[in-house]
Amino acid sequence: MLEVSNLACSRGDHRLFSGLSFALHPGQIMQVQGANGSGKTSLLRTLCGFMMPDEGEIAWRGERIRDLDEEYYAEMLYLGHLNAIKDELSALENLRISAGLSGIDLDEKEALAALRRMGLRGRERLPAKVLSQGQRRRVALARLLTSDAGLWILDEPLTALDVGAVALMQELVAEHLARQGMVIFTTHQPLQVAGVEMCSLSLS
Amino acid sequence: MLDLLVLVIRRDLVLAMRRRADVLTTLIFFVMVVSLFPLGVGPEMGMLRKMAPGVLWVAALLSSMLSLGRLFSTDYLDGTLEQMMLVPQSLSMLVLGKMAAHWMVSGLPLVLMAPVLGLQFDMQAQALGVLILGLLLGTPVLSMIGAIGAALTLGLRGGGVLLSLLVLPLCIPVLIFGTGAVEAVSTGLSVTSHLSLLGAMLVFALVSTPWVTAQALRISME
Amino acid sequence: MAINWFKYSAPTTFYGLAGKLIPWFALSAAILFVVGLYIGFAVAPADAQQGEFYRIIFIHVPSSILSMFLYLIMAGYAALGLIFNTRLSAMMATAIAPTGALFAFISLWTGALWGKPMWGAWWVWDARLTSELILLFLYLGFIALHASIDDPRRADRASALLAIVGSVNVPIIYFSVKWWNTLHQGSTIKFTGTSMHVAMQQAMFTMLVACWLYAIAVVLARVRSIILERERNTVWISELSEVRS
Repeated sequence: MLEVSNLACSRGDHRLFSGLSFALHPGQIMQVQGANGSGKTSLLRTLCGFMMPDEGEIAWRGERIRDLDEEYYAEMLYLGHLNAIKDELSALENLRISAGLSGIDLDEKEALAALRRMGLRGRERLPAKVLSQGQRRRVALARLLTSDAGLWILDEPLTALDVGAVALMQELVAEHLARQGMVIFTTHQPLQVAGVEMCSLSLS
Repeated sequence: MLDLLVLVIRRDLVLAMRRRADVLTTLIFFVMVVSLFPLGVGPEMGMLRKMAPGVLWVAALLSSMLSLGRLFSTDYLDGTLEQMMLVPQSLSMLVLGKMAAHWMVSGLPLVLMAPVLGLQFDMQAQALGVLILGLLLGTPVLSMIGAIGAALTLGLRGGGVLLSLLVLPLCIPVLIFGTGAVEAVSTGLSVTSHLSLLGAMLVFALVSTPWVTAQALRISME
Repeated sequence: MAINWFKYSAPTTFYGLAGKLIPWFALSAAILFVVGLYIGFAVAPADAQQGEFYRIIFIHVPSSILSMFLYLIMAGYAALGLIFNTRLSAMMATAIAPTGALFAFISLWTGALWGKPMWGAWWVWDARLTSELILLFLYLGFIALHASIDDPRRADRASALLAIVGSVNVPIIYFSVKWWNTLHQGSTIKFTGTSMHVAMQQAMFTMLVACWLYAIAVVLARVRSIILERERNTVWISELSEVRS
């Protein structure tokens, strides 16, 4: 369970938000809403531990993430604005290396299966620089299939995706929630997950 | 932990092999700087022989600065560095892997090239041997100290020049003992003391710089 | 009586405290400069070997000492700021850097002026002079790094880490430069220190204290302006009389 209490963040001189408290329980999904510049990305980056909050605490399973550090990172998965994809590597290599970094030894068969489910059949071995924006996003999202992290932190996961990929994404999120996973995300496109109540957090 | 180290080294080597031009430019820069010196100071062999260790070391220092800018910045720009910060193992270990790969790509070729350039300066076999040994011990230290600077200047305007300004003064001891070792050969002094001091610096750098660089990355990623 | 030191570690209270202290430090620095220079240039006798030229040490030596100590103090504040996340420590480190660099520069400049009549060369690759030059580079690196980062918090933390790395390196650099110097048998500035006249000692000591007081006054003034700049959006700044008028 992720608990946030009395969180305050600022960028430079500018206070983005303060007094923010919420909790995310297993099987729950939360959408962070707010206008551009309201601090959605900053909130997600703070939850990842990249940014230090001005005030407040973030706790994972009752312990502060600052103290947990690497243990926390083993149980969470972050997908940012940037795809974290190397142009020089193929989709397959990209996926296997990023899985390796999160401590998962992914063999070729599993990696290929994940990429095919993301609709990248026939493009697994092409260098990522020849892929389109949407296809690169799909390679990045394939990490969701190969990870066993309980907490997904997704920043604009639907950018550059077509209708089919958005539907697939909804399927993935539903499966993850059914496994008692947790998701916190931002989006400007609607994301509906059947049979699950969406919590919403708005920053203003 | 070692898996992570091997993974990162392999990844960075594969990437370097697919961008071979970057590796070659560093090497060509090194060769060019060294070859320009005789043109600047004259072809008198006695003087060139005396200057050789200094010239080769300074050139090695400058060319490693040249490639340091890329150590973290490409990963920073495409978001890979963010993912690396979230490794569930030690970030220091990952950083050590990147340093090792950087050295293999930009330091090791210089060491291998040095004997050929040493001949241009009419260096004797024994002096050449000590120079190579010194470079072998010293260039990894340059990569490691440089990594701290590269992490601190991540994403800044004019990062390259700033990086040199920060890192070069810190590299002076390596330069002194690296060239000192070669001079000790010609003056008949003990070479081992110089080389063992370089070795000590290498060990100290191995122990401390990955952690410091990891902290610097955390600061720069905020 | 227990003094609450943490009270003064907040920029709000420190701003006022520094404002009250600056005139005292500045005034006593000015008086001691006059006294020290008077003793050094009028009272102290000419040196047996170096004649009148040696008198530049009354400026050279204190500024060398200050430049080294200020670097350590700066690194100390930087470490405090990094570990305890106190804003004021980082501001102090930033404020010390230009003064330290200034003293390193003065030390090099006066060293060159002294070297010309003594050895007939403006620059000698003496171990201490070379280390001083590297120290100046370290200061410049710190200032440049701080200046090129826009986000004040990242700037503070990044340059703090650099200062700490630098301070670990300073002994290694000094030792290696000394070694390098003996290997090349260059000339080393030797002091005729044992036979120093009492008036010379007095002048040196007075100048050293004056430089310390000057450094404190200037650093405090600089910290005050850094506080004003960083906290310009806060209520307490807008209520200050000097800001309102």
